[in-house]
Amino acid sequence: MSDLTPDPEAKISVRGLTMAYGSFVVMTDLNFDIREKDIFIIMGGSGCGKSTLLRQMIGLMEPKKGEVFYNGASFTAAQDAERMAFIRRFGVMYQTGALWSSMTLAENITMPLEEHTELKPKEILDLARYKLALVGLSGYEDYYPDQVSGGMNKRAGIARALALDPEVLFLDEPGAGLDPLSSQRLDELILRLRDSLGSTFVIVTHELASIFAIANNSVFLDTVTRTQGATGDPKHLRDDSTNEAVRLFLNRGETTDTATTS
Amino acid sequence: MPRRKETANIPKAVWKGDSGKTALEISGDWKLGVQPEISGEGDVGWPDTFVTDRLGTFDSTLPAYLLRKVREVGIESPPLDGLREDLRGLMELALKVPERGDAKSRNEDLHSITRLGMKSSKKWLSLMSFLEFTGDTVLAILRFAVGKAGFRARDFWLTVQECGVNALPIVALISFLIGMILAFVGNVQLASFGASLYIADLVGIAMVREMGVMMTAIIMSGRTGAAFAAHIGSMNANQEIDALKTFGFNPFDFLVLPRLFALVLMMPLLTIYANVIGILGGMLVAAGVGIPPKLFLTEMLTIVDLTQGSLGVIKSVFFGVAIAIAGCYHGMRSGSSSAAVGEATTRAVVSSITVIIILDSAFAVIFTFLEI
Ligand SMILES: Nc1ncnc2c1ncn2[C@@H]1O[C@H](COP(=O)(O)OP(=O)(O)OP(=O)(O)O)[C@@H](O)[C@H]1O
Ligand SMILES: [Mg+2]
Repeated sequence: MSDLTPDPEAKISVRGLTMAYGSFVVMTDLNFDIREKDIFIIMGGSGCGKSTLLRQMIGLMEPKKGEVFYNGASFTAAQDAERMAFIRRFGVMYQTGALWSSMTLAENITMPLEEHTELKPKEILDLARYKLALVGLSGYEDYYPDQVSGGMNKRAGIARALALDPEVLFLDEPGAGLDPLSSQRLDELILRLRDSLGSTFVIVTHELASIFAIANNSVFLDTVTRTQGATGDPKHLRDDSTNEAVRLFLNRGETTDTATTS
Repeated sequence: MPRRKETANIPKAVWKGDSGKTALEISGDWKLGVQPEISGEGDVGWPDTFVTDRLGTFDSTLPAYLLRKVREVGIESPPLDGLREDLRGLMELALKVPERGDAKSRNEDLHSITRLGMKSSKKWLSLMSFLEFTGDTVLAILRFAVGKAGFRARDFWLTVQECGVNALPIVALISFLIGMILAFVGNVQLASFGASLYIADLVGIAMVREMGVMMTAIIMSGRTGAAFAAHIGSMNANQEIDALKTFGFNPFDFLVLPRLFALVLMMPLLTIYANVIGILGGMLVAAGVGIPPKLFLTEMLTIVDLTQGSLGVIKSVFFGVAIAIAGCYHGMRSGSSSAAVGEATTRAVVSSITVIIILDSAFAVIFTFLEI
């Protein structure tokens, strides 16, 4: 049995987490820590439970077992009001974009601002313009989500996640469906936001190039053993992980025995 | 010539068990539509080795057959020794990702009584969750009353427009026709007593007490209740509701309240409108059988007073609540596929019409007791 107390230094700690849909267990006994200002990657094969893990961490789904801690305080055991206070400091981008389809891109960003800040309408609009510009969508303020492309929807979703300048940003496959240049801009954006706002990022992604470019911490979910394969800096994991599956994943399946023999 | 070749290469799978070791010999050309000859299958399980020297060409039938055997035997990584390279590659690929071990097929081998029990407890649970939803609605209204629940005013006004002004033409058409039908049917009987004048009473009472509000409610369930369920259901499918939650909005306050308020506000107005139009329809028919409108009106007003006239309007408030709750409930509980959204819409309409009829019967009993 693993130690169930959180690391006091960590921004987010996950302890003994088991996730399940009814009787179908997706992953068992996940344990990892995310420090402040980390760019933390959740990786693993398609369908292994990355989106599910994200949903558990932001409270959209209750863990079957185990706990999630933020700043050393339990999120899982928190009361509604307390939990809301945590959630207010999150920004989330969903895998499908999930923009509110009856609002324009700008309104998608202004709505949370109207609810949670005392700013004047004009200031709020300026903020929304800026967030859209950050993701390269200047001029699309008055478009509805179904009037822009899939990749643009994704980017607008990122802009909305940024709306409240959150402490922790959860991005579910932000790079999927973006061209190489936009995807590189996105990496740059993430690094800059981390440096300027001091945000912590939790990102689900498969893009190796972007993993090695930005990440300094990660967890690998192993479909076969149904638990975490390894956690740590992906660059170290690529070369030195003792887990074969992790090395295969991070080397595009090209590692044979080189890592062990050399 | 070709026929002989075909018979020579008939697909075969022969199980051979010698000295505790089993071997499966596969031969011939495996082709879709050609029934393979399988012998010695029994319950020997998975073979230890394969013999494939005389295997010709094959399409998906052969790997599909082998995969079925694997699933039947229930081993996770079966030995594939002796399989020809191409076939082996396909099998390895097919077996790479283990089958999702889940309750998927368990339903099939349940006893029928168990299944009956599961069905009925499901019905009970869905009734409970409907009641829970209704309770949540009351709580949301209380939150709103103390100023703690918020939604966008625009959503409210859009819904008002959608279930108010936009519904006027269809409500007018239906209630005008209903008024005419009532007058026609009444006249058939009343004329034979020479009492055609009483068409006015009949149309008036029937419209204001029952038909006006009933028709409006049924139109609104089909129009607006269905739209609520479809809209909220597809928001659910697209994770838009999750997105509301993580920004700290209560999806309940945000989605259910504006719809509920708009519909409860518009239903009485639409009902009054339907009553008036229905009576006009009756008046038209009455004029056709020789009762002038003025006389019609005077006669009608001797019996349709304010008490009578308010009954339908009172009921309409309750019907509005029922339609809004049914629509929103089924939308919120909808699954996340497009088929599930369609199903939610159907359920919303069926259950709101059912609830309306039940409520109407209850009102009939209550009004009888009160002697109104
Ligand atoms: N609502 C649900 N009910 C039951 N099982 C589900 C549900 N949603 C997901 N699953 C199952 O949970 C597992 C993990 O799903 P999840 O969406 O977390 O995968 P993922 O790692 O995000 O995959 P991808 O990279 O393709 O997005 C899958 O096997 C899936 O079948
Ligand atoms: Mg996913």
